[in-house]
Amino acid sequence: MITAQMLEKELGLKRFVMCDDSREVTGGYAGDLLSWVMGRATSGDAWVTIMSNINVIAVAQLTDVALVILAEGVVPGEELIAAAKMRGVNLFSSTAPTFELCGRIHRLLGAPDCGAIAEADDAYSAAD
Amino acid sequence: MEQNEKLSFHFDVDGNDFTSAGEASVKVKKLMRQLGFSPELTRRVSIAMYEGEINMVIHANGGVADVYVDEDCLRVVLADEGPGIADIETAMQEGFSTAPDNIRALGFGAGMGLPNMKNYSDEMKIDSIVGQGTTIELKFKVN
Repeated sequence: MITAQMLEKELGLKRFVMCDDSREVTGGYAGDLLSWVMGRATSGDAWVTIMSNINVIAVAQLTDVALVILAEGVVPGEELIAAAKMRGVNLFSSTAPTFELCGRIHRLLGAPDCGAIAEADDAYSAAD
Repeated sequence: MEQNEKLSFHFDVDGNDFTSAGEASVKVKKLMRQLGFSPELTRRVSIAMYEGEINMVIHANGGVADVYVDEDCLRVVLADEGPGIADIETAMQEGFSTAPDNIRALGFGAGMGLPNMKNYSDEMKIDSIVGQGTTIELKFKVN
């Protein structure tokens, strides 16, 4: 099992708010358009984003992601940090690019699930 | 927030305060947890309601949200007195949005709000009159 604290250590994340360090991370999602995140992110995901306005915290809380990672050197403002604390959202940042963070998270989670990609490949092959 | 006898909850959605949008949805999420609804249903209801709240803030200068808890069904009714939706079919398409640039810069206006509300609810009804307002009713089946 991977926890928020393990992810913090393995990825060398900068901690801003840690409300629940034993929260299990079961998946990941990358995205900045908030309705996409609400449509696709699942409970327990590590959400990687460059969006840092206050609404990020409401979206994190409603989707029940395990933690929010602000990527590419984005730093949260005081208002965001205060909201994360108040609403119990784990909030971190990293200077690493989104692509790299997602790759590393994917590997840490065991990353065996490439079923969707394989299925898509099969579909392309079948169409040829 | 007021609680009436028949277990319903009323929220005013402030149209001037974009940063507080979502307060009603977060409250509903907490209430549903307290009432013992499943995490999955709670998630669907609160996200769909948040999309509705955001829409009312972006397009209609706010509105009201009511949540009705019945035995087999949970209903969320979002009503505003905004400009209305001229072409509902087009508005329902993923990616279609009339949100202004300043809203898009915040990560909204991706044209996924109404589709998310439809996907997360079991039934969705939109009543809209241009120039008068929009009422959206979302129904969620309770096991």
